[in-house]
Amino acid sequence: MRYVRSLFLFLIIFSAIACDVRAETGLKTISFIPQWGPQAQFSGYYVAYDKGIYKKHGLDVRITQGGAYRPSSEILEKGEADIASIWLSTAIQKRSRKVKLVNIGQIVQRSSLMLIAKKSRGIKTPEDLNGKKIGLWGADFRIQPEAFFKRHNLKVTVIPQSYSVNLFLRDGVDAASGMWYNEYHTILNSGINADELTSFFYSDYGLNFPEDGLYVMEDGLKRDPEAMCAFAKASMEGWKYAFDHPEEALDIILRYMVTANVPANRIHQKWMLERMKDIIYPSGEDSRVPGTLRKEDYDRVSKELKEQGLIRDIPDINTFVFRCAGNVQ
Amino acid sequence: MFNNRGIAFKLVIFFTLSSAAIFAVIFSYNYLVSRRMIQKGIEENSANLITTTTSRIEVLLTSTQKVPQNTAYLLENMNYDESELFKVLYAIVEKNPEIYGAAVAFEPYAFDKNKKYYAPYFYKVNGGISFKYLDKFYDYFTWDWYQIPRELETPQWTEPYFGEGGGIMMSSYAVPFYKNVDGQRKFAGIVIVDISLEYLRDIVSSIKILKSGYGFLISRNGTFVTHPIKEYIMNETIFSVAEQRNDASLRENGRRMINGQSGFSAQAVKSAVTGKSCIMTYVPIKSNGWSLGVLFPHDELMSDITNLNHVVLVLGVTGLMLLALAVVFIARSITKPLTIMADIAGRIGTGDLEALVPRVRTHDEVGRLALALDCMKRSLKDYIQEITDTTASRQRMESELKIARNIQMGILPKIFPPFPDRTDFDIYAQTVPAREVGGDFYDFFLIDRSHLCFVIGDASGKGIPAAIFMAFTKTLIKAKAAVDLDTGVLMEGVNDELSRGNPADMFITVFCAILNTETGELRYTNGGHNPPVVMRRTGEVSYLDCSGDLVVGIMEGSPYSSRRLALNPGDRLFLYTDGVTEAMNASDEIFSNDRLLRVLSLCAERSVSQIVSCVGDAVNEFCQETPQYDDITMLALQYSGGD
Repeated sequence: MRYVRSLFLFLIIFSAIACDVRAETGLKTISFIPQWGPQAQFSGYYVAYDKGIYKKHGLDVRITQGGAYRPSSEILEKGEADIASIWLSTAIQKRSRKVKLVNIGQIVQRSSLMLIAKKSRGIKTPEDLNGKKIGLWGADFRIQPEAFFKRHNLKVTVIPQSYSVNLFLRDGVDAASGMWYNEYHTILNSGINADELTSFFYSDYGLNFPEDGLYVMEDGLKRDPEAMCAFAKASMEGWKYAFDHPEEALDIILRYMVTANVPANRIHQKWMLERMKDIIYPSGEDSRVPGTLRKEDYDRVSKELKEQGLIRDIPDINTFVFRCAGNVQ
Repeated sequence: MFNNRGIAFKLVIFFTLSSAAIFAVIFSYNYLVSRRMIQKGIEENSANLITTTTSRIEVLLTSTQKVPQNTAYLLENMNYDESELFKVLYAIVEKNPEIYGAAVAFEPYAFDKNKKYYAPYFYKVNGGISFKYLDKFYDYFTWDWYQIPRELETPQWTEPYFGEGGGIMMSSYAVPFYKNVDGQRKFAGIVIVDISLEYLRDIVSSIKILKSGYGFLISRNGTFVTHPIKEYIMNETIFSVAEQRNDASLRENGRRMINGQSGFSAQAVKSAVTGKSCIMTYVPIKSNGWSLGVLFPHDELMSDITNLNHVVLVLGVTGLMLLALAVVFIARSITKPLTIMADIAGRIGTGDLEALVPRVRTHDEVGRLALALDCMKRSLKDYIQEITDTTASRQRMESELKIARNIQMGILPKIFPPFPDRTDFDIYAQTVPAREVGGDFYDFFLIDRSHLCFVIGDASGKGIPAAIFMAFTKTLIKAKAAVDLDTGVLMEGVNDELSRGNPADMFITVFCAILNTETGELRYTNGGHNPPVVMRRTGEVSYLDCSGDLVVGIMEGSPYSSRRLALNPGDRLFLYTDGVTEAMNASDEIFSNDRLLRVLSLCAERSVSQIVSCVGDAVNEFCQETPQYDDITMLALQYSGGD
């Protein structure tokens, strides 16, 4: 009885203190949506959240889940999230359709979209793809392949690709789309050795479309640019921490995956985290400022979008990008 | 290092090591053979177990496969409307307990020209059968179950998946069916049935090998369909586990498994459950290309043989230790008396003959050695006793001989010149005994103022008897010598005395002379002695004419003649014993009378003592180091004449 009473008392006092803290810290509440559920592709955000890096930057961040039926760009557009992780190609198309989203940080610098083929099917060069059945994802995942086929003058049979690579594994298609950090490793871990595969990275063929970037709506940015920039900055800090402490980062991300009831495979997430490092801090390109969008990348993506008729006009980069002060490292 | 160790140590080391080596060989062979036998047994047993398991799985799969295959056949060859289609699907779900759901999914507008999506689906739920259309939200055209058989144009089992609601793991068998359109066979859709994999899981999880062995099933992608660790199911592939473990051989095994091969893992596979090292065997499930793997924990397989080996090892080691002890005991029993005997031999070597040889009861080599040692000790003791005795008597004799020599030397006049006040003659003598006591003697004495008697003799034999005989003779001559007595009479008297009491038949050669120092007349008798040499002042050197009377002391009453010789002043006489003329050198040559004459003629002019040393030197020079067996006695006399 006494225990129950003291526990009750404790709860009252504790919740009072908790409320006090929340009220007095003056953290700015911000919601963020990545494209998908928790996985190492977003470890920087989850690590920043889990390690209190956002709090340190004065932010009370809430991370929601994206998904195939909840595109992050639409959630942002609807105002259901303050910040979203969106592909550059998607964002430019949105902007050209007068959706006033603004890039406050370009996290992924190198495209990891690729075509994967089996050498046993006689595919070693892009030309070998001519006349083959190729699995492609929809929408913005097709922009680079289309350009690639056009450039190499390839006539291919496009097979719509689902989220699995089973059709490819069973030779239902000759080549499949994949993200380097995800499907490629899935294929390796389905028993196909790397030396049995031919990989075509679009980024190696002049089609480097930087992918995940951080976007806000213009209104939101105007309302509190400091908070938005603090988020971008804290996120980069989270990425850095994750790459410096990969095992801890994996522990964190796996925890969130289990909580979200997503199948969690540590070795796969490890691969993903390592590849994220490769595409967020690409080696051998000194001119890049991590976390920021380069004009040449913007121009390349815009030009291709225009050529494919996906946009009519190229939006002005100065309205598209907001350079946060102190983001230049 | 080894050479310094005792026999016991060497024996123990040798026997223990060689026995251990033999034991190790037998043990290893036994281990290998029994291991192979057990492995073979396991292989046979596992083959049975695996065959049973896979055939149970195959039965489930093939019986399921027939249903959509028959349906597809129906759809291809018969006309039907929706209600007939529904009836068929309902019946499939209703009549087949293992089938969870069934659907027919058509290509866009293939069933109804107005409908892009047409896919009626009947499925079990809460004990009843429910129905729904798979619609545009589900968008079945890009799903594996639809796309893969469509593209490959063959029936396909899908990868396992969690069914609606998440709980149940399922796999589907999808069969493409075709329609003839304008004479062309055209893809029309997919007939699909879902089965729950729970039953399959029960089959596989019923595999229990020994304590911790288990079976698992992987799909065509290597994904775990069943596994004792729940987290592995659908989450891990055999390749991701291999990557996690950094185990290339596991990856290779996985590749062989998904390629439909069967076999054994070449290298040990770690059990995911216990971490134990296991032998993995795998066989394909032919119907759907999956693979069944079974892990046999190595230590559990080998536990019987390991136990046996432990016992054998303990027995072996114990045996070796006992053997070592036995060897120590035997070696001790050999080496202990040996050690004692070595000590005793050492003590005997240093002269301790009182050392006790241990009593060894055995009649082996050690016993014989002990006996021999004891015998040696006793013999040595006796021998040494004998030597001690002999040495003592010899020492006594030697001291007696020494005394005798002293006596002998004492009775020979040794002071020279003996008569310093006399200038009318000079005399010098010397004897070198071959042994301590010789039989030679000389003597000279004045009978009165004008008569000098001088004698030289050589008793037969050596040693004390000869010395005594000589001393006796000398005393007799001195006692009997008188001025008027003729030397022949003197000799006869002496001969008679000696012959009378001479049981030993000893004799003596004697040359006896009496010189009248006033006239130079020499009277002499020679009793068988070497003739003296006369050296005249004129330089003539010759042997004195004195053809032999008999040696003295051998026959009583023998006559001895007396002769005379006139000496002139300056004449000399040299008397000697046969030790001089018969002195031998290394070539067995004797000094000889001739040589003596030659030597004397060279040194005749010298004084008496010089003549003696001259001859002595000549003899020494002749004989060199050759030891002489006879006494060498010389006497020289010079007559210088009266006033």
